[in-house]
Amino acid sequence: MTVEQAVFLFTSFLILFSGFMMVTRQNLVHAALYLVVALFGVAVIFVLLEAGFLAVVQVLVYIGAIAILMIFAVMLTRGNATEEQESMNAGFGWAMLLSALFAFALIVMLGQWADIGAMAPALDAGRSTIEELGSALVSPDGYVIPFEVASVLLLAALIGALVVARPQKGGK
Amino acid sequence: MSFINDPIGFLAEWITNFLSGFLPEAWVIFIVTLLGVIITASFGLIIVIFLIWLERKIAARFQDRLGPNRAGPYGLLQTFADMIKLITKEDVVPEKADKLTFNIAPILSVVAVLLIWAVVPFAPGWIGTDLNVGVLYIAAVGSFGILSILMAGWSSNNKYALLGAFRAVAQLISYEVPMLITLMVPVLLARDMGMMTIVESQNLWYIALAPISAIIFMVSSIAEVGRTPFDLIEAESEIVAGYHTEYTGMKFGMFFAAEFLHAFTIGVIFAILFLGGWRGPGAEEFRLLGVVYLMLKGLLGYFIVMWVRSTLPRIRIDHMLAFNWKFLTPLSLMLLVMTAILDKIFGDTALRLPLLLAGNVLVLFLGWLALRWASRRQTKTRRVFKKRPVAKPA
Repeated sequence: MTVEQAVFLFTSFLILFSGFMMVTRQNLVHAALYLVVALFGVAVIFVLLEAGFLAVVQVLVYIGAIAILMIFAVMLTRGNATEEQESMNAGFGWAMLLSALFAFALIVMLGQWADIGAMAPALDAGRSTIEELGSALVSPDGYVIPFEVASVLLLAALIGALVVARPQKGGK
Repeated sequence: MSFINDPIGFLAEWITNFLSGFLPEAWVIFIVTLLGVIITASFGLIIVIFLIWLERKIAARFQDRLGPNRAGPYGLLQTFADMIKLITKEDVVPEKADKLTFNIAPILSVVAVLLIWAVVPFAPGWIGTDLNVGVLYIAAVGSFGILSILMAGWSSNNKYALLGAFRAVAQLISYEVPMLITLMVPVLLARDMGMMTIVESQNLWYIALAPISAIIFMVSSIAEVGRTPFDLIEAESEIVAGYHTEYTGMKFGMFFAAEFLHAFTIGVIFAILFLGGWRGPGAEEFRLLGVVYLMLKGLLGYFIVMWVRSTLPRIRIDHMLAFNWKFLTPLSLMLLVMTAILDKIFGDTALRLPLLLAGNVLVLFLGWLALRWASRRQTKTRRVFKKRPVAKPA
């Protein structure tokens, strides 16, 4: 068992544990904090896959922005700190069945994939991964169109948020 | 490498050779790395003792008084006395507080600041871990500090703490935007995100190539730490003590230490990005000199933070946010675009310095014009009395 495998096993256990805790907690802020732990575990997996930039961006965007936004939303809409919710609803049985089927299908499919034990192909050491990523994002036969479309989408979301949150003119 | 030129490298090699005698290689690497981690983290925590004393003395001198001078010569042992006092205080946890979150929040606050020290290049070859995304890592780790404030405010089960935490997080996430944008300017100039590479490519300090970006970075970092004039986060007259109202004893001590260490850390980051880091005469040969230069420049940054703190009054939260979104963010975006264009075209020529300086001055002038227009729009002068003829002596 190499050190990498040990770290991977520990991180996977952490992600699965915090994911399970997140969906079963009745206190919403606790659930959000377990989500933060799960997202941090995913960042560690990115590091194991030698994608350092993606790991840092994962922490910066997911934990630093999205998780904080979720916690804000929960704290602003639930006044009481100790308010508890029912953690299971009427569709629990069907959801359990569907998730089990999905997991089973995934495991069977991955088990039949021939390349599952293969090593990742080595990148050419000429350019660093960030340069490759940058070139791919702006080159015309790369991903420039999805990049620009995503920017337009973010702009639309920003304008929508401003319109919704603007104080009403003229009073009501 | 001899001991004088490179003490840490020499010691690391000696320990590695010593341990390889009776341990497998993976364990040796693990132990040596662990020692490095312990030394870096301890350095951060121990320097806080000196920083608190320095802050109190300098703030006192700005206020025309002496500062602590009883506990030890020149008051040097004052921080130890404070630490002992904080440790012996009763540890009060509110009854309905969320225990786990309440206890983890101060620890996370200190961790978030100590993690930044992992990518600080102390000298050529002395860096905790030479990430090729070092600059982005600093921004990412700052978000742990923000999370710790939210956790502290919410788990105290106290309305004022929660409100203080909301305002603090609003301020911190707002000021992250100009900080990140101006953080990209040294990355542009150095063509790389790694901290060591940024320092090594500063033959000319970047503060000469991008002075306004440096100032905006300093301002937004002061806001990120929560120092005056942006210290609404912990303003006693406004919101009791904000998010750390319910914290007593050593837990408050941890928030306290984290804030001072954060202030020094941004001084050091400012020194690395804009003032040339460990660069100085003789730093490549004697690595310890590099550490000395970095610490001196970092202390200069810290002095600027304390200077601003002792001089300016507190800014109101709506003025603070308007200042950020309506002034700092557009200005830093303009600077980024201008620096990118000018550096791409004239980067390798001798025109780089004068053109970038001129561009910065131009953007500053435009910003000043914008501020003047905005303030003229707000204040309307109107005549109160009719103009009357002046009485003349007969």
